[in-house]
Amino acid sequence: MNGDGGRSPTTLDPHRHLAAKHRWQPIEFAFWLAMLLPFVLVPTYLTLASQIAITAIFAVSLDLIMGYAGLVSLGHAAYFGLGAYTAGLIAKAGWGEPFSGLVVAAVAAGLFGYLTGFLVVRVRHLALIMITLGIGLLLYEVANRESWLTGGNDGLQGVVIWKLFGRFDFDLYGYTAYAYAFVVLFLVVVAARRLVHSPFGLSLRAIRENERRMPAIGADSRARLHTIYTIAATAAGAAGALLAQTTQFVSLGALSFERSAELVTILVIGGTGRLYGGVIGAIVYLVARDRLSGMNPQYWYFWIGLMLIGVVLFLPSGILGGAAVVARKFFATDERR
Amino acid sequence: MTAAALRTIDLHKSFGSLVVAQDVAISLPQGARHALIGPNGAGKTTLINLITGALQPDRGQVLLGDDDITSLAPEQRVKRGLARTFQINALFAGLEPLEAVTLAVCERLGVASTWWRHLTTFRGAIDEAFEILASLNLDAVCTRPTRELAYGQQRLLEIALALATRPKVLLLDEPAAGVPRQESSALFEAIANLPTDITVLFIEHDMELVFRFASRVIVMVGGRLLLDGTPAEIAAEPRVREVYLGRTRHG
Repeated sequence: MNGDGGRSPTTLDPHRHLAAKHRWQPIEFAFWLAMLLPFVLVPTYLTLASQIAITAIFAVSLDLIMGYAGLVSLGHAAYFGLGAYTAGLIAKAGWGEPFSGLVVAAVAAGLFGYLTGFLVVRVRHLALIMITLGIGLLLYEVANRESWLTGGNDGLQGVVIWKLFGRFDFDLYGYTAYAYAFVVLFLVVVAARRLVHSPFGLSLRAIRENERRMPAIGADSRARLHTIYTIAATAAGAAGALLAQTTQFVSLGALSFERSAELVTILVIGGTGRLYGGVIGAIVYLVARDRLSGMNPQYWYFWIGLMLIGVVLFLPSGILGGAAVVARKFFATDERR
Repeated sequence: MTAAALRTIDLHKSFGSLVVAQDVAISLPQGARHALIGPNGAGKTTLINLITGALQPDRGQVLLGDDDITSLAPEQRVKRGLARTFQINALFAGLEPLEAVTLAVCERLGVASTWWRHLTTFRGAIDEAFEILASLNLDAVCTRPTRELAYGQQRLLEIALALATRPKVLLLDEPAAGVPRQESSALFEAIANLPTDITVLFIEHDMELVFRFASRVIVMVGGRLLLDGTPAEIAAEPRVREVYLGRTRHG
């Protein structure tokens, strides 16, 4: 609410308006504090919590290209899996230091993202979906065949990760794992937040809204898309590396189409283009999976299918989209400044 | 003599056997206000597309000032100072006008790929964007999503986006198209207030606009230039009436 004549149009301050849009909302602080609760409230579920954090990073990376730039990808697991195997192989080769392993794995995934990006940014719609699908399938098959390197169907064994900072062991209870994953998630979201609220982020949204108009304002949209695709691949690789390091195992599933499709589902449930949608989606999906498969292991996919249909029909912008609508109704007194 | 602001030399474009532009040669002097008229299907928008690079000609050249821009990509031509608006709004529906124009300004300044700084730190760009919007009387609505603006306001936003690129040459494709009568005066005013150092070519069917703002009118029919002259000359020309109304050749 404005106290200083915000109603009169001539006193509209564009800077104030944009600053209000981009500043940290109280609910974000609350969210991050809540994410620390598992340590205290449900310490037996810390392994699940670290899985959620890892999937959240993965989902946020997809949101950057799908929610903000508008590129639908059915092969994002390629970068996740590549990051996982790279981190795993580095550790297996004898270098088990987690942070450096994470960085190298993320860079490797980012490099692959940069190279495949040349293909990806040239196409749209159906062709884009097919190309991303193809990239994922290709990498899966390579990993499958080169089982001397990847362990094939048995997965990558012998991944030994050293203690974090030389002190914290990756114990069975998952304290270290969740702390590690949480910090990486926080850093990734803060970086993504910066990006999304920057001129670059604005240009991505513009590309999504009307790509045709971009050259007419002097923008090379392909170059922008290539950049964000590379960044998203890097983040996905980091998530994969975290998985490899915290579970000390990598399986072909990390590269699979199922993984990519599942990720799209998670993001749609949470809400695309809202930065936190991937995190919310990961929480809802993985908690649901944990609860439902506990109750009925065979049919839990049925419930996920139902959830997806429900979300698409009743909450087309995902959970966060629905929450935004509710918030607008309740806080309707907040006049546009 | 200074070079013409925009010139085309014998532009030719055909799609198979359909010739959409034939030996089109126009020349716009600095600061000109020229109108391009012609019946539907005459190739006016095609010509704009050829000039802006959305379409590649089979033959011919496009010169912006002294530079041959025929081989440049559309976004590069914009950076050299050639801007256009679209006949059917090509706006960013989900963005606010303030965001859209700020983005256009950032693109011009070459900072739009900065991902590590908040948009709010680019105060100069935001101020400039707001100024452009205010000059078109869009400042009151610039923080609403574009899709919520009235159609006339959206047409003005089209112009605002083009102006944000600080063009030397501005191509307006039917700026008044679809604008209801009561909103068109704002549009006319905007066109009248365009900086005099910008060269403007506008396609229009609205003859009121043509007579009010154009110093010269070019008539295009079937992909070719028919003639050009002052508005008064064109109005008196029987051939022009013919091409719009068609020769009566029954039986």
